[in-house]
Amino acid sequence: MIQFTVNAAARQFDGDDSMPLLWYLRDDLALTGTKYGCGLGLCGACTVHVDGAAVRSCQTPMSTVAGKTITTIEGLDPHGNHPLQQAWTALNVPQCGYCQSGQIMQAAAMLRTTPKPTDADIERQMQGNICRCGTYQRIRAAIKQAAGVKA
Amino acid sequence: MTTVIKVTRRHFLGGVFSAGAFVVGVRLLPLELDGQQAATSSGPRGWQPSVYLGIEPSGAVKIVAHRSEMGTGARTCLPMIIADELEADWSRVTIVQALGDVKYGSQNTDGSCSVRDFYQAMRTAGASARTTLEHAAAGKWGVAQEECQGLQHFVVHAKSGRKLAYGDLVPLASSATAPNQGAVRFKTPKEFRYIGKDLPITDLGDLVTGKGMFGIDARMDGMVYAAIARPPVMGATFKAVDDGAARQVAGVRQVVMMEVAKPPLGFKPLGGPAVIAGSSWAAIQGRNALKVDWTPGDHAAYESAKYRETLLETAGKSGRVARQMGDVDAEFAKGGGVHEAAYYTPMLAHAPMEPPAAVAEFKDGKVVTWCNTQNPQAVQDTVAKALGIKTDDVVCHVTLLGGGFGRKSKPDYVAEAALLSKQVGKPVKIVWSREDDIQFDYFHSPAAMYLKARVDAKGRPTAWLQRTVFPPIASQNNPDEEYGGFQVGMGWTNIPYAIPNLRVENGPARAHVRIGWLRSVANIYHAFAVQSFTDELAAAAGRDRVEYLLDLIGPPRVIDLGKEGVSQGGKPDPNFPFDTARLRNVIELAAERSGWAAKKAGPGRALGIAAHYSFLTYVAAVVEIEIGANGTLRIPRVDVALDAGQVINPDRVKAQFEGAAVFGTSLALMGEITAADGRIQQNNFNGYPVVRMAQAPRETHVHIVQNASAPAGVGEPGVPPIAPALCNAIFAATGKRLRELPIQKHLASTPGTPA
Repeated sequence: MIQFTVNAAARQFDGDDSMPLLWYLRDDLALTGTKYGCGLGLCGACTVHVDGAAVRSCQTPMSTVAGKTITTIEGLDPHGNHPLQQAWTALNVPQCGYCQSGQIMQAAAMLRTTPKPTDADIERQMQGNICRCGTYQRIRAAIKQAAGVKA
Repeated sequence: MTTVIKVTRRHFLGGVFSAGAFVVGVRLLPLELDGQQAATSSGPRGWQPSVYLGIEPSGAVKIVAHRSEMGTGARTCLPMIIADELEADWSRVTIVQALGDVKYGSQNTDGSCSVRDFYQAMRTAGASARTTLEHAAAGKWGVAQEECQGLQHFVVHAKSGRKLAYGDLVPLASSATAPNQGAVRFKTPKEFRYIGKDLPITDLGDLVTGKGMFGIDARMDGMVYAAIARPPVMGATFKAVDDGAARQVAGVRQVVMMEVAKPPLGFKPLGGPAVIAGSSWAAIQGRNALKVDWTPGDHAAYESAKYRETLLETAGKSGRVARQMGDVDAEFAKGGGVHEAAYYTPMLAHAPMEPPAAVAEFKDGKVVTWCNTQNPQAVQDTVAKALGIKTDDVVCHVTLLGGGFGRKSKPDYVAEAALLSKQVGKPVKIVWSREDDIQFDYFHSPAAMYLKARVDAKGRPTAWLQRTVFPPIASQNNPDEEYGGFQVGMGWTNIPYAIPNLRVENGPARAHVRIGWLRSVANIYHAFAVQSFTDELAAAAGRDRVEYLLDLIGPPRVIDLGKEGVSQGGKPDPNFPFDTARLRNVIELAAERSGWAAKKAGPGRALGIAAHYSFLTYVAAVVEIEIGANGTLRIPRVDVALDAGQVINPDRVKAQFEGAAVFGTSLALMGEITAADGRIQQNNFNGYPVVRMAQAPRETHVHIVQNASAPAGVGEPGVPPIAPALCNAIFAATGKRLRELPIQKHLASTPGTPA
């Protein structure tokens, strides 16, 4: 029996512990804000926080989450009002919106360790998150707006 | 033709509106059906009109979005048009996603035509409802209707200062007869309240909080998960399966056999052994553990490098003439000043971030599905055909789409879920893995193009020959079809150059994989060839590219291929004449805004330009590049100028063109799918990379021409000019002429002369 918390709720799991966290969140908890995109950690759509750090949930077996604190897009802010969510809204970032949970979770983890990111920081930290609609320039602008750095 | 109908039979609306609501329908017949259906008393499946809006006694306005939302903003922008004419308070409007139903007219969200095809119908629906409310208020007050005006959810009588809320007028409006078309008062463009304004998309809040429901998120009670081992080569036949290991995977419940599709493949599910499991993970693991034996069949020798040679060879020979003016052969025979070049672009996969996904339940002879489709009516047809049931017995709920780009117009995956549900007696959820998505796509055609021109002393062409060769989309329905059909009309027959001797040809190519349309379709390779060759000729003549491009386009005029007797691309909508003045204008605008004249090429830094007309929209792009000493290519800036006529939501139009610049950059820099032994060699974002933040254009500046003419497409036309503009910039910076994509593969080996 593996015990951990998801969005501040205590959870336990006793199934196939090779299953990635992604499918546990989506299939078992119906927390579908975390998306599947590639299954290989190549696209970032499944990004969640484990103990505050951005991880690819498709590459995180359940066996590794014992005792961990997991946060998904649904738990990022109790009112969906994280500074990044505000900036994303103000700048109309999403097109289809599918990758945006992962983008926001990746950016939120970055701002925790790098509160005033440079362009180079943003490019380095966000390079693992693909957006096929091509919203990159607005993502960059929204991160800067949320961080209060010059556009 | 649009006819307004007040709707009394509400049962078909699926409970969206209450019994007391005032509901207005618009009967809209597609252009091509107009004549024949007007002549019969009933259209397809009876008289029922498309219902686009209703007003509840509470004043709540519900607007039905019948097109799919895949990121273009269609789900917001069409309702904006209705709300504007209705004079509804946008904050009191809810948007309801339509089920698939032929009564809406086409729901195939494809071809950049949601606004183009439904602008008038949406205005008619909104204006008719407002007129009816104004009429009802006038009757109640005993005043002339002309004195009453719908204004932000009220009808106002300015003379007396009286006003009545829309909701309070619902009982009266419901019992009134629908206004005939002549009585409907439309707004003037000056009165537009939402049209032309940057309204945020209706799903924005959900999309930043993870609440938006996509196809992959849909659930049904008691559902099981499936993964299928599809035939790895097109037309392969099934021999045997060893499912022993798969059955040992925790969570796997059973392995069932789906019939393997026979050509023509169309939208048919491909078939193969399917693993049914209790979770997505178990289904994927189970499928990966299957050992399937296939007989490869007719296409097992398909190999991309060889196929490329075949296409280029065909492009070197005479093909079918699609358009002809003057006599190019006589001009070429004069000798001297002849330039020629061949171009090649590879296969591409769509790779939307959300792969194809559906959940479906077959019960009591009927199917209910939730899926991420661009085309719910095709879902109904395909599922009905696959299961041998009636189209009306397929209920298709449309979710949000995590990208589409044309892939999700093909409903093969929904039929898979429905067929498996019938086989296992439970709702079945199918989520294609990324590997499934890339291996079993409907691929964008590889293409070879040959161009030849003879120029005069100023470098201006007196004769121009262009030939295109690619496996056509029509091969899906007829495997023997080798000619390009409608794709020849996409940026090829309608080359807008004023050249006295012009011949446009198309050569044959056989398809060895499923071929489909991808965002802007054949315009991608046709724009690449025409706009690269134009740049080559300008370079040879030592002329400024912008000035040269304008010279080739020539004086403002309307290009009417129909008059010339051209069949491919020759039947333009009369509301959308191809006006070269508008093309010239966007070129001049892009040049001006990019600082073209002032920014001279320097070492490793230059601008490139390309212009292309597609989906009735005029676009020019200037791409600025920097190439570092280590060969790293960066795109600091793109300027795109476009004329799409009346724009509904400028911010969403800008977003489409920003995105198109990224999509175009991606395919130009790194997009390539290849086959060997008939199998696709890539299967995820490692083998098939797409552009990430650092490689994408840093800033795309979108310049929209203010124009009140009929609204044209915006989802696709931003893509075609990007690849040639980028390659033209590379030439200006390095002297390297790239005649083949993707750039990253060919840049190092292309000879050049550093600037």
